[in-house]
Amino acid sequence: MNHSNSSAAATASGSADAANLRRNSRRPKYSKFTQQELPACKPILTPKWVISVFTIVGVIFIPIGVASLLASRDVVEVVDRYDSACLPANVSHKDDKVAYITDRDTDKSCTRTVKITKDMNQPIYVYYQLDNFYQNHRRYVKSRNDQQLRDKNEANETSNCDPEKTTADGKPIVPCGLIAWSLFNDTYSFSRDGKNITVNRKHISWKSDRDHKFGSDVYPKNFQNGTLIGGGKLDSNLPLSEQEDLIVWMRTAALPTFRKLWGKIEVDLKENDTITINLENNYNTYSFSGKKKLVLSTASWLGGKNDFLGLAYLSIGGFCFVLALLFTLLYLIKPRKLGDPSYLSWNRNPAGQ
Amino acid sequence: MPLKYHSNYISTTKYNVITFLPKAIFEQFRRVANLYFLLAAILSLTPVAPLSAVSMIAPLAFVVGLSMAKEALEDWRRFIQDMKVNSRKVAVHKSEGLFGYTHWQKLRVGDLVKVEKDQFFPADLLLLSSSYEDGICYVETMNLDGETNLKVKRSLEVTLPLDEDEAFKDFRGIIRCEDPNSSLYSFVGNFEYQQQVYALDPNQILLRDSKLRNTQYIYGVVIFTGHDTKVMQNSTDSPSKRSRIEKKMDKIIYVLFSVLVLISLISSIGFAVNTKYYMPNWWFLEPKNTNDLYNPDKPALSGLFHLITALILYGYLIPISLYVSTEVVKVLQAMFINQDLHMYDEETGIPAQARTSNLNEELGQVHTILSDKTGTLTCNQMDFLKCSIAGVSYGVGSTEVEIAAAKHMSSESDFGTSEIEIEPSTPMTPVFERVRKSTIKGFNFEDDRLMNGSWTHEPNSGKILMFFRILALCHTAIPELNEETGVFTYEAESPDEGAFLVAAREFGFEFCKRTQSSVFVRERYSPADDLVEREFKVLNLLEFNSKRKRMSVIVRDESGQILLLCKGADSIIFERLSKTGRTFEGDTTRHLSEYGEAGLRTLALSYRVLEESEYLAWNAEFVKAKTSIGADRDVQLERVAELMEKELILVGATAVEDKLQRGVPQCIDKLAQAGLKLWVLTGDKMETAINIGYACSLLRQGMKQICLSAAPSDPTQPNAKQAVKENLSLQISNAIQMVKLERDPHAAFALIIDGKALTHTLQDDLKARFLELAVNCASVICCRVSPKQKALVTRLVKEGTGKTTLAVGDGANDVGMIQEADIGVGISGVEGMQAVMASDFAISQFRFLERLLVVHGHWCYKRVAQMICYFFYKNIAFGLTIFYFEAFTGFSGQSVYDDWYMLLFNVVLTSLPVISLGAFEQDVSSEVCLQFPALYQQGTKNLFFDWYRILGWMGNGLYSSLVLYFLSVSIFSSESAFRSDGQTADMAAVGTAMFTCIIWAVNIQIALTMSHFTWIQHLFVWGSIASWYLFLLAYGAGSPLISGNAFQILVEALGPTAVYWLSTLFIAVVCNLPYLAHISYQRACNPLDHHVIQEIKYYKKDLEDHDMWKRERSKARQETKIGFTARVEAKIRHLKCRLHKKIPSLTIQTVC
Repeated sequence: MNHSNSSAAATASGSADAANLRRNSRRPKYSKFTQQELPACKPILTPKWVISVFTIVGVIFIPIGVASLLASRDVVEVVDRYDSACLPANVSHKDDKVAYITDRDTDKSCTRTVKITKDMNQPIYVYYQLDNFYQNHRRYVKSRNDQQLRDKNEANETSNCDPEKTTADGKPIVPCGLIAWSLFNDTYSFSRDGKNITVNRKHISWKSDRDHKFGSDVYPKNFQNGTLIGGGKLDSNLPLSEQEDLIVWMRTAALPTFRKLWGKIEVDLKENDTITINLENNYNTYSFSGKKKLVLSTASWLGGKNDFLGLAYLSIGGFCFVLALLFTLLYLIKPRKLGDPSYLSWNRNPAGQ
Repeated sequence: MPLKYHSNYISTTKYNVITFLPKAIFEQFRRVANLYFLLAAILSLTPVAPLSAVSMIAPLAFVVGLSMAKEALEDWRRFIQDMKVNSRKVAVHKSEGLFGYTHWQKLRVGDLVKVEKDQFFPADLLLLSSSYEDGICYVETMNLDGETNLKVKRSLEVTLPLDEDEAFKDFRGIIRCEDPNSSLYSFVGNFEYQQQVYALDPNQILLRDSKLRNTQYIYGVVIFTGHDTKVMQNSTDSPSKRSRIEKKMDKIIYVLFSVLVLISLISSIGFAVNTKYYMPNWWFLEPKNTNDLYNPDKPALSGLFHLITALILYGYLIPISLYVSTEVVKVLQAMFINQDLHMYDEETGIPAQARTSNLNEELGQVHTILSDKTGTLTCNQMDFLKCSIAGVSYGVGSTEVEIAAAKHMSSESDFGTSEIEIEPSTPMTPVFERVRKSTIKGFNFEDDRLMNGSWTHEPNSGKILMFFRILALCHTAIPELNEETGVFTYEAESPDEGAFLVAAREFGFEFCKRTQSSVFVRERYSPADDLVEREFKVLNLLEFNSKRKRMSVIVRDESGQILLLCKGADSIIFERLSKTGRTFEGDTTRHLSEYGEAGLRTLALSYRVLEESEYLAWNAEFVKAKTSIGADRDVQLERVAELMEKELILVGATAVEDKLQRGVPQCIDKLAQAGLKLWVLTGDKMETAINIGYACSLLRQGMKQICLSAAPSDPTQPNAKQAVKENLSLQISNAIQMVKLERDPHAAFALIIDGKALTHTLQDDLKARFLELAVNCASVICCRVSPKQKALVTRLVKEGTGKTTLAVGDGANDVGMIQEADIGVGISGVEGMQAVMASDFAISQFRFLERLLVVHGHWCYKRVAQMICYFFYKNIAFGLTIFYFEAFTGFSGQSVYDDWYMLLFNVVLTSLPVISLGAFEQDVSSEVCLQFPALYQQGTKNLFFDWYRILGWMGNGLYSSLVLYFLSVSIFSSESAFRSDGQTADMAAVGTAMFTCIIWAVNIQIALTMSHFTWIQHLFVWGSIASWYLFLLAYGAGSPLISGNAFQILVEALGPTAVYWLSTLFIAVVCNLPYLAHISYQRACNPLDHHVIQEIKYYKKDLEDHDMWKRERSKARQETKIGFTARVEAKIRHLKCRLHKKIPSLTIQTVC
């Protein structure tokens, strides 16, 4: 029997060797990754964490809110709505307004005066603001061709530009498309006490647009030559890269009420200064009852006048303090020792359900 | 050959090279979301589309391509598996009596094959002859029907001479038979040979995938090949299973579709109104010069076109990458399952295998497990463990479950019994430390009183000698000498018998030779003695069958004495004892019940000394009965045998352990604690099943057993069936009453039902009540069930309770239930791949089920649930911002975001974090999952994917979308400059800023959702945010022809702008504040179990307060009545009660 035992063991180990080779090939290789044992940080929401997170959010948000609000309050903004004021007195019906504005031959100049409410330091930005103008309409947004704007050899590339692709006799329009065709063309000039204020119209567009998207050797061609005239015309002797009004206009706005930069006044304006604005009211917003406004505004480090960000930061910051307080109260009133096993379901319902 | 037969090539693949593309593409687009995206992609080529074609087609191609690649890979694996089978080799008759090896797949109908011992039959064969003279062979059909005992097949007498290669030189014969069909137990045909026609019956048919055993070789003719074989006819296409979560996900997608259609309708109505009433005034759009898309004169038509546009535009509500992300995640999860070293079986070298990856999360929701017995719970190996001889019990070994229970008891006693001192006076206490050192298969007996010949010093050595002789003589096995070791191994009909012979050998009674008339035993009484070979003439053999429940041999020993040696079920033997033979009846009965409780299989052994004359008289009658022809031959034989098997003298009893697979009791205990129910469905007979029930602690003493069995009916009676059914119905009603009236909270019921009764109870009118009874019982054991019934029971549980079922089995007979259950698990490692091939998961040991469910199931469930919820959140948050913007563009279908942003959102910018959530999240570590099985109930109760939670996440998405859009738009108002040099924000700037906020918000959200950060999560979450900025830089630096207004947007317009960064900070925080407050509140006031455990781990309380940890671990389980823990508890209760009665003055808090 001893004999049989030992020999059985011997064969067992002998075959085990052979089997080992076969086995090891299928044995999964150990790695922390495959065994899901990678070292991990397992943060949990302790009361300390909860309260500190809310407090920290509050502590960060309130100063930001205050700073934003101050910045916004610093901005001086003068807004003058002129779309109805610049109509002749006898025009009141909408159709008349449209007839008036689309009549190319009438003189549409108009003079407005605004009072500066507060000292304005240069640079003072001049914006026009349109209302109810759907620059974000899909038909409108798509109606352009970047290739053509950039490269003079691609003038024939007018795809997507429907319905302002070509003139009636089939010549390609440069710049083609509805956006360019409907270019805003009111003009403004400013004077204070009879003295002209120069408005810098350069560099109101993005530099990248001027350098890369609108070619310096691309000139307007066949633009606004058709029977249906949209907005402004372009100087066909100026390359597109210098037609900054067009470049700004081509940056379609996200919402139907928008402002676009028209120029910069590079002198300070004082409180109670009266500015006289000579404007040409060319652009048709009367069809769709859109307002037109002229805006003079300074800018802070945050940009224009917009209290929203500051107020939002302040209120959420405050709200976080309240939350922190509420959670502190909660933990005080209804304390639960962390990791207290009595909260485990089987301890709460002893029946095990 | 008039008919074209199938070749023997089998294929289980779904596709082939040609059909792959069309079929796989068709499969992909059966998913409604994919179909939608396909339509969207096609439409994106038309001017209707709001987005560029590439932004629609690229993600779709990516998503579909990835899914198809996965399909291809899975099918390739199946192909390789098939090839393995197809290229097995078998000896085939080539010509002129020569046999040569060829691949299985090359076999043709009519080929002559020679199959050798332990080989599988390559096709359905007609048995011609075997290595035995009488043309019998033994066949193991475990792969077909799961029965483990060998079956005898017998060739026709006329073909017996064909027993060598040469004989087939000029062999000619014609077989006519029925068409291929799936019935395993019938065969009709005839065999025309040498101008004679012989009828064939199933006895001559060897079926593919059964195995030749105990026979050197057989010759056979191929009748059915390949897919015509019975086994292939029986295989059904595995149904494609989908998890509950995925089905629910579809519902959510339908909800989102409805939302999508709704907002699209709103949009298109808005658009139509705008187009009709306002657009004529919008001269800048040249309203008079339009096509049908924007025609103010035909607003309805334009609106209709716009509906399509809107449906495409808002498509971001439907997460296109959801399917592909879940697929990637599930492949990763499956990889983790495959790679898990804790589920790798060192012995067989087989790792766990997730064969389909789409059921991973279902593993976390299982409610009922239906398990096969043989090969799954047990190894199909019997170990001789104990015996009782002459009223003395021998054998100190203990069963797995006793060891496990003893271990548990000792750990319990650390604190559990501190309130009351009980010395658990069970015999099992000291044994668990003993290491099992027995390496002999079939023998696990340890007792120095019997071993190494010391039994000769025992008082009843005569009886002991007789006991050993009965073991060595009373059987039908054949010895086989292992040439290398010189040890005999035995080919026995049943593993019990093998265990007896091994035991006899170890005791010194080595059965070494069987001839036609004699059995030779080498006896050695003590190690010092020489071997004495004794011959016993076998005079008669009274065979075992399930009705007789006993077998006897009549032998004449060397001294000429005639002995009848009989072994059988105790009840059968005891009623046949002589008056003088009952000396040890009392003690033996006691021992037998102890063994039975421990789950051991018992047999009683007895003998009788026969007088020569008495024998001769009986033998004459026996021979007469044996040679009688006709239907009553068996009855006659039985009657004659009965005459002899009486007046027996009891020697003792054996206890054989039907060896459980390793770790089965512990695993069952854990699964029970996790709240899972376990049903055992076995083809074995009721006694065996009950034994195993005890062995696995599914049954215990004190449990009320409800046995349902069909009353034997008289088939001649006209309403026999009806009567049986009514009887059963009555039994069920009574049982239900009994269960209902039970007041003792600790009372447990066990339902045991046999196959015959099941056929009736599974009928429509009874099954509801049967199920009602079954779910109220702690354990359910179905015995003698057919494969079909297994599947039916599974379906009954699945459909009746509506809960997730998991079927686990190892043999072909389990295929039905594996396919029927929500999850099928195959035990790999034993021969036969059918179960594994049909299964969704394959593990090599039952015990791995614990880890598969409690760890992987739990994780996968939570991961997938959270991931899908997050997906919907993310896409709602993003998709709705597009809708809001529409309202401000006159519903024209313009998106505020660049096409590229939208394209990248789902595919790149937010996909990796969500994949890392789905693949790597762990709420608690695997150890904790195992220590607190109750955590598993989170999945069964579906805490993480109920509508409350889903709607909560959707609400969160809605809130975030509102915050994202309206705050962004208010901050980046087009009415004021957004930077110090005066420019106002155009659409590109607003869109980019808003998109930045979205990226931050959703990524912070996922970081808050995760509770487990490895470097991967950090990399993916923060990397996604970083990659957005990197993309923006790269996109801005590229050609302005591609980027349009986004050209240099970060460098020039947004980067230097304070508002941009402040808005990002603000919006990202505001989006996540409510969620943070919600989870903080929930954790503070209503913590879930895993929260508390996370905290305990976080503060390392488990290390400081060991007792608490241990106590909670022991409590962290569902109220269960099965498993050894429950058994130990029942025992403790019992002891406490006894103590209570003894010392009534002592006040003890116990529940009795």
